[in-house]
Amino acid sequence: MTPPAPLCLRCCTSAGCLASGAAELREALQRTVSRLELADRVEIRGVGCLGPCSQGALLAVDPDGVIFAGVRAEDAAGLIAALVHRSVLEATDGQWRPLAWTPATGERLDTRRPFFAHQRRVVLENCGLIDPERIEAAIERGAYDQLRRAVQDLSPVQVVETIRCSGLRGRGGAGYPTGLKWATVAKMPGDHKVVVCNADEGDPGAFMDRSVLEGDPHRVLEGMAIAAFAVGASRGFLYIRAEYTLAISNLRRAIEQANRHRLLGQSLFDSGFDFSVELRVGAGAYVCGEETALIHSIEGKRGTPRPRPPYPAEQGVGGLPTLINNVETFANVVPILREGADWYAAIGTTSSKGTKVFSLTGHVRWGGLLEVPMGTSLSMIVEEMGGGAPEGFTIKAVQTGGPSGGCVPASELDTAVDYASLQALGTIMGSGGMVVMDHTTDMVGIAAFFMEFCRDESCGKCVPCRAGTVQLHGLLQKHLAGDATAEDLAQLEALCHMVKDTSLCGLGQSAPKPVLSTLRFFRDEYVARLKPVAAPSTGVAP
Amino acid sequence: MSVSTLMIDGHEVAMAAGATLLAAAREVGITIPTLCHLEGLSPVAACRLCLVEIEGSGKLEPACITPVLEGMVVRTDTSRLQDYRRTVIELLFTEGNHVCAVCVANGHCELQDRAVDVGMDHSRLPYRYPDRPVDLSHHLFGLDHNRCILCTRCVRVCDEVEGAHVWDVGWRGEHCRIISGLNQPWGEVDSCTNCGKCVQVCPTGALFHKGDTAEEKHDDSSQLVALVRARQARQVAP
Repeated sequence: MTPPAPLCLRCCTSAGCLASGAAELREALQRTVSRLELADRVEIRGVGCLGPCSQGALLAVDPDGVIFAGVRAEDAAGLIAALVHRSVLEATDGQWRPLAWTPATGERLDTRRPFFAHQRRVVLENCGLIDPERIEAAIERGAYDQLRRAVQDLSPVQVVETIRCSGLRGRGGAGYPTGLKWATVAKMPGDHKVVVCNADEGDPGAFMDRSVLEGDPHRVLEGMAIAAFAVGASRGFLYIRAEYTLAISNLRRAIEQANRHRLLGQSLFDSGFDFSVELRVGAGAYVCGEETALIHSIEGKRGTPRPRPPYPAEQGVGGLPTLINNVETFANVVPILREGADWYAAIGTTSSKGTKVFSLTGHVRWGGLLEVPMGTSLSMIVEEMGGGAPEGFTIKAVQTGGPSGGCVPASELDTAVDYASLQALGTIMGSGGMVVMDHTTDMVGIAAFFMEFCRDESCGKCVPCRAGTVQLHGLLQKHLAGDATAEDLAQLEALCHMVKDTSLCGLGQSAPKPVLSTLRFFRDEYVARLKPVAAPSTGVAP
Repeated sequence: MSVSTLMIDGHEVAMAAGATLLAAAREVGITIPTLCHLEGLSPVAACRLCLVEIEGSGKLEPACITPVLEGMVVRTDTSRLQDYRRTVIELLFTEGNHVCAVCVANGHCELQDRAVDVGMDHSRLPYRYPDRPVDLSHHLFGLDHNRCILCTRCVRVCDEVEGAHVWDVGWRGEHCRIISGLNQPWGEVDSCTNCGKCVQVCPTGALFHKGDTAEEKHDDSSQLVALVRARQARQVAP
């Protein structure tokens, strides 16, 4: 008789599910299992994001591979009882049967649903499967194999070439070709270079990088180490925002484990290659996601941007040549090296290769974390995978790219998600935040919200951003109050162009985008809010 | 030394490599307005007044830090640039409390001069009248935050020339303020050497000599260049 397949209950430990009681659920499951002395037969495993965050708390059961939504701590006893009952039946007749259980207030999710079926998980391949707290779990899934292969079998030039051929572009928003960036830093003279991972994810509604770091931290560390080998760097910094407490603790543990396993540190794999990673925690400034401000912040200086050139590739942290990539970009490195550049380049569109992770939020039935091939249409993501707006509501627009992006109207949802198509619509790919807005959404209010965000987050260094966002926000408030005239609307538009064209860094240059984008597609909402013009007097006395 | 030839507003000019567009423009008698820039201090390109158009580049570039390149075609005074410069000045006027009539720097104020240059006869944007303090704790000088335009010349001169680093910028965005020491009253900052360079380079009446009244601040910030050059010459001399 074959031993029964090991039972594993994968509990989501990511921030979204934690808010829905995932920690209590995990504890209740552990308590029940130890009370029934089943610890050797049932594994309770904390894992990263399982996907549809809006349906939390999420729980996956293996070997069945089913996912349950809306599971509460009170469901724990029932689930364990159902699992025990099934194994008793199986022991009597040797027949495997599907798990007949659903949580009291939750549901069993059909993994053939579009939300799951249309995903292509490359970056997230381990997320939700492995325990991010155990390096052994990551190593079992091949973590650090590609780093070893790169260091032992490949030359730095070969690694750069592989990344270049894969067509990978920066996932932080701007979409700069990653291979080109690596090659530039690799060509810089000097023995001391730095690799920086930008994990200062700050767009409202964006949580892709957080999910990757929470669910599979070693993936990012390995990507950084491979990059360091390719460009000739020996020091790495991972700059993460302080609000990401779980990601920070998972990363701290991961770095310590990797050091202990000699997968980071001195003379890796008995070669001359050294690479150490330091965690740097931000102090709550959105602008520190801008690379020059981020470098200043790492150096312990005030987090303000400076003009480029010189680019960080020439002069970055401590004046050294520095490679800066975003979390998701580094997370793509391992699969590219493992499967090859051609494999990766076959996914996606001509100009945008590979997959993209999105965080789908807002007025949508199925919100959460998903990864799709580049070129997937917005309607596929929002209508099919996300299930569209809730009953009785229709989608009005989808906001991409956060405060630096714009709103795509419902009429343009057929647009394929790639760098060029989104840019043509006046928005950007951004880092992957996707906020769905239904027909009740006030677009002028949305524009004012994002402008207030930029006003608060402006570092204050350059005049157009520091004072311009304040004036723009004031003008938008005037529109919201119904006090604006046609001249105010014209001034709003003119000032948007001025701030966009004259600001020093990306924050100011893109701050007017949500206004310009809503003006482009929803101008009637601005016009409808204008103060009614007094009827001209007839000049005839009554 | 390599030389680049470029075209600025139709004038051909040859400049040594490494020179800025601002210097190149001055060479042919074209004045590009500046505020945060000051000869002798490191450039920050923060006021955005000196932005120019460069043919073939979609972006406006600050003349104070952009190096000359062979074959560059630069426009410094298009109607778009004129409008943007006026808006920059309007933004500065509206974000602070600039009342020329009672200001120590009236008649000798770079902000006032730039406003005249760009033809700002009134502000198209509403004044914000922020509530800002005045620091009179120093025995020789005063700091009126109402008149500060955050050009950071004082921060740079104190750090780079005097070496005392009394000044810094605190907070962010519209709440930014020049701070002395660790946000202490200026008079309590031990590192201040009372040299007065910050007052001298301040383009407005934000930093002033105590006792000066309206129109009495006559500091010439360009004197700094003489000081910096003299110091460099002395360092080079055996």
